[in-house]
Amino acid sequence: MGTTTFIEGSIAVAKTIGVCRPQVISAYPITPQTHIVEHLSELVAEGELKTEYVNVESEHSAASVVLGASATGARAYTATTSQGFLLMIEVLFNIAGMRLPIIMTCVNRAVSAPINIWNDQQDSLTARDSGWIQLYAEDNQEASDMHLQAFKIAENKDIMLPVMVCMDGFVLTHSFEPIELISQEDADKFLPPYKPQYYLNPKNPLSFGTMVGPDGYMETRYFLEKTMRDSQQVISDVAAEFHNQFGRFHGGLIDTYKVEDATHVFVAMGSVIGTLKDIVDEQRAKGQKIGVLKIRSYRPFPKDEIYKALNHVREIIVLEKAISLGYGGILANEIKSVFYGKPKTPKINGYIIGLGGRDITIDTIHHVIKDAVNTSFEEKFIGLNEALIK
Amino acid sequence: MNKNTHFKRYLKLDVLPTPWCPGCGNGIVLKTICQSFDELDLPKNGTVVVSGIGCAGRSAGFFDLDSVHTAHGRALPVAEGIKYANDALTVVVVSGDGDLLGIGGNHLLHAIRRKTDITVICYANEIYAMTGGQVSPITPHNTKTLTTPDGNPDYPTDIQSLFGYHNCFFARTTAYHLGHMKKCITEALKFKGFSFVEVRTMCIVNYGRRLGYKNSNEMLLNFKDVYKMNDNAEELAPDEIGIIRVNTDGHR
Repeated sequence: MGTTTFIEGSIAVAKTIGVCRPQVISAYPITPQTHIVEHLSELVAEGELKTEYVNVESEHSAASVVLGASATGARAYTATTSQGFLLMIEVLFNIAGMRLPIIMTCVNRAVSAPINIWNDQQDSLTARDSGWIQLYAEDNQEASDMHLQAFKIAENKDIMLPVMVCMDGFVLTHSFEPIELISQEDADKFLPPYKPQYYLNPKNPLSFGTMVGPDGYMETRYFLEKTMRDSQQVISDVAAEFHNQFGRFHGGLIDTYKVEDATHVFVAMGSVIGTLKDIVDEQRAKGQKIGVLKIRSYRPFPKDEIYKALNHVREIIVLEKAISLGYGGILANEIKSVFYGKPKTPKINGYIIGLGGRDITIDTIHHVIKDAVNTSFEEKFIGLNEALIK
Repeated sequence: MNKNTHFKRYLKLDVLPTPWCPGCGNGIVLKTICQSFDELDLPKNGTVVVSGIGCAGRSAGFFDLDSVHTAHGRALPVAEGIKYANDALTVVVVSGDGDLLGIGGNHLLHAIRRKTDITVICYANEIYAMTGGQVSPITPHNTKTLTTPDGNPDYPTDIQSLFGYHNCFFARTTAYHLGHMKKCITEALKFKGFSFVEVRTMCIVNYGRRLGYKNSNEMLLNFKDVYKMNDNAEELAPDEIGIIRVNTDGHR
């Protein structure tokens, strides 16, 4: 059995990665980084974790090292955030295209310019089309558990896609919470050793990532898209299997809180879900039938599950910590697309909040609710400093 | 301002003090750069400072000059772009060893090769200081850092060796040798072509204290003990400071 420990989010994730028995870890300790890889390097230095730990000169190199390691058949892991994540993006597309089941943690933080290292989700959302499965964690227990699930999803022989676990910078990574850590024995029971089907092996030579012209490239994208859709079932199954073994369930593709009889529902990803649940309880005490839908799997995007959960709802309020500049809320527009062609469309409002680490308080959400009552089908920023935009 | 404080015109005095830790050597280098600017009377409307990320990278914001704070490692190509767009500007890169030699190392190889007429001042403290003291490309072999608790298994980059046969200006100096540092920086700024000054400086908080130094002054005085001046060498020994200039006709 695991033990419950009062522990920092980053350290909990590092300990979970440790029991997943990665064979190669590569990271650059800067641009910026978190305690995740720092603690992993400590575990290696103290002999508690047997793995090749490679400290490289940039995130581009870190992503490339895990690419090489995974192509050689090793279980590989890396972590980064913000600008470092952006520097990795070229290689992230390569990894997905080569169908390498690498796991990375993207600690969500803002991107420059201006330089800002505080929390929002612009970094990982910028790579939503890279072919990586993207999962978003609500709290540190989920973030910790999600990594064990991620390896199992990625290494499923019908999937073979990289998985990115996204967790909010500072709000989660630097916060202490009581966490039930996963023991080595339990992890081994859940996650068997990785047996690659295709890897660099002199006895059976293979080429990875070679030139494919107009005659075959499109088919590689077709299969990536097909597998992405297929992975929805695997993500749900792995969450259920985890529930069976560990007794904890954080949701499959999505999770819902008091949505069944709700007329109004918040939709969001990441740590803000916790704040929203408090608001739901507060509003329900006043007689408002309100609920929360958490997007756990952002890619693949679970359109059908979302529709099934929300088709009875009158109003949807989407909250997000990123923006597609020139278009508006990314998640808000994807939620709108869920209802395209359906018989009944709820009122959907989108709100951009908490960019660059601006606090999202109960008051922020109260503002959102007040605004949503009076407007429809709009997207706006909430929590702007009026003095700065005059 | 009298003659001794005339260099302050190059600083944004209202944003001082800097966020650097007590005992940090960066302030000494920052002041000396300004003194060199002052000695050459560089026009404030004709000088640009570019920096990358890190403690040294914060420097760009302290100069009362046009400045760009770039992404990690990208100071050199940004500076080159500025110079190619307006050749009349004096373009100075101020950044650290992790930024210039680690994540931005590839750019240094090619800036040397292109011999772009810019000056690079490298605060060489042997550590990624801002993020807590991780091993850098010039951390000596066997040295303990946050990420090498058993000592650095790798060997440091010899910055000087990157210059090879290229007609560029290279100087090594330290935060202790104030007069020498000023001479190196001034000469580098005067040089037509690519010039690089490696300034050995100290980080007590995230480096020195793990190595057993009692205080910053001890690290500073160590520079005095270790480094000998040699301004006539074709190649500097590891314990020498001085100016190497293969050919004064380094202009592209």
